[in-house]
Amino acid sequence: MALKTETMVLNMGPQHPSTHGVLRLELELEGELIKKVIPHIGYLHRCFEKHAEAMQYNQVIPYTDRMDYLASMYNNFGYVIAVEKLMGIEVPERVQYIRLIMGELQRIASHLVALGTYGLDIGAFTPFLYLFRDREKILSLFEMTCGARLLYNYMWVGGLSHDIHPDFQRLTKEFINYFKPTIVELDSLLSYNKIFIERTANIGILPVDTAINYGVTGPMLRGSGIKFDLRRNDPYSIYNRFDFDIPVGKGLVGTVGDCWDRYYVRVREMEESLKILEQAIDNIPEGDVQSAIPKRIKPPKGTVYSRVETPRGELGYFIISDGSTNPFRVKVRAPSFVNLEVLGELCKGHLVADVIAILGSVDIVLGEVDR
Amino acid sequence: MKNTEEIFELLKKEFGDAVLQIDKETPTEPIIFVDPLKINVVGEFLRVSEELKFDSLMCLSGVDDANGTKVKDEAGLDTIQGGTLSVYYHLYSTTLNHKINLKVSAQREDPKVESVENIWKCADWHEREAFDMYGIIFLNHPDLRRILMPYDWEAGYPLRKDYKNPEFYQGMKVPY
Repeated sequence: MALKTETMVLNMGPQHPSTHGVLRLELELEGELIKKVIPHIGYLHRCFEKHAEAMQYNQVIPYTDRMDYLASMYNNFGYVIAVEKLMGIEVPERVQYIRLIMGELQRIASHLVALGTYGLDIGAFTPFLYLFRDREKILSLFEMTCGARLLYNYMWVGGLSHDIHPDFQRLTKEFINYFKPTIVELDSLLSYNKIFIERTANIGILPVDTAINYGVTGPMLRGSGIKFDLRRNDPYSIYNRFDFDIPVGKGLVGTVGDCWDRYYVRVREMEESLKILEQAIDNIPEGDVQSAIPKRIKPPKGTVYSRVETPRGELGYFIISDGSTNPFRVKVRAPSFVNLEVLGELCKGHLVADVIAILGSVDIVLGEVDR
Repeated sequence: MKNTEEIFELLKKEFGDAVLQIDKETPTEPIIFVDPLKINVVGEFLRVSEELKFDSLMCLSGVDDANGTKVKDEAGLDTIQGGTLSVYYHLYSTTLNHKINLKVSAQREDPKVESVENIWKCADWHEREAFDMYGIIFLNHPDLRRILMPYDWEAGYPLRKDYKNPEFYQGMKVPY
């Protein structure tokens, strides 16, 4: 006679250290094996899109800061590009360079948090402190530029809120030189740590077809072995002028597309960002960063969908203009929102402890998921 | 790589009346209008067709067109009657590197659109969000329930242009 068993439903979150915010996962378990994962989101919903309709175009920018609060610069970047496309504004060269430099610094800062907290989830406390120490240096560069450390409101439609500090270039170069060896240090500290590999290799494998069908983008898609990066495949700003590689998952310690690959793509991406920074930092042209800012932002009637590659993937802004000073509709296609959807597929058949490893490798920011 | 007009011709030949028209008002982003009850067949064709291969749904957004007539209710607030609610689809082909935009419009009083969840899995949460925010019903969606708002939110659909804040939510005063 077969033993009668029942599945158990277990709630993980909303208050759980490994959910990186307020996310509730409903786990359906058979013993310790996962049968189904249902994410419940919305605990951080602030109705960004409704707010945006009541604001003028430039007043929306501070709200975009508060979506992905670990990569605020990049959220600004995506929004201003969308509005500039709608209005047909040509941005001065100096602004383009500074935006790109800020964007890449932000990418490194965001990946540092992602990698640090991922180690923390798995049980490695030391790398977290090392990486946050380095992130502080980037935040200080931002603070020097615009006075804020986390929520910048730095990029404006047509320009920037402040020009860079006279010392900015020197200090950024110092940071690049300082930061290069610490990536090597991270490899020996965490990436090739045996316990870390045991926890992440061959866990949560994401096949290519599933990834594309679920709309997964960013380091998660590249972890599955696809060379797809919007900076290269659908270039915006001035990214096509720079020489950099697109790291992809190769399955060095496990299978292509596992948690370790997703982790390691982020490590390699920091190196590529440093490459871009090195090429850009000495070539910032002279000019006025506020010369192209329009007196009154009143785009013509029409729609625009514009996307940029944030540290987490494809951030799309869909803006409908009805010809007035307020946007008629702003829809945000947030990368974390879409990437989180595939979680149920990744967790099937794994253990409860693996859910934490998988969720960490997705690298979500709940501010962006819930908007 | 094909542009929107070529794709429109192709769709028109394949589906006839289900593909309504092409809007070239904004030159950078032409939009193809599709019948809301045929969007799933059109979507399936767009994904599997050898010449098109739209394997990725970038974005799906609900929109309140607010093109009905404005009527004042008892409290003196505007309510919109008639008109349409729309859904925009932004598609991209990762292999052929081309994009198109589709739009479907449904009656505001009875907004029913076929789901594309079984074509692009990515549409699942996007459609739930459009339902949550606009009340658009996606037919044949496997799990259509609120996603961002609380599951017991009874005051309607927040992103509609004539949405009114409720006075109370679960006995708590709004705005508190």
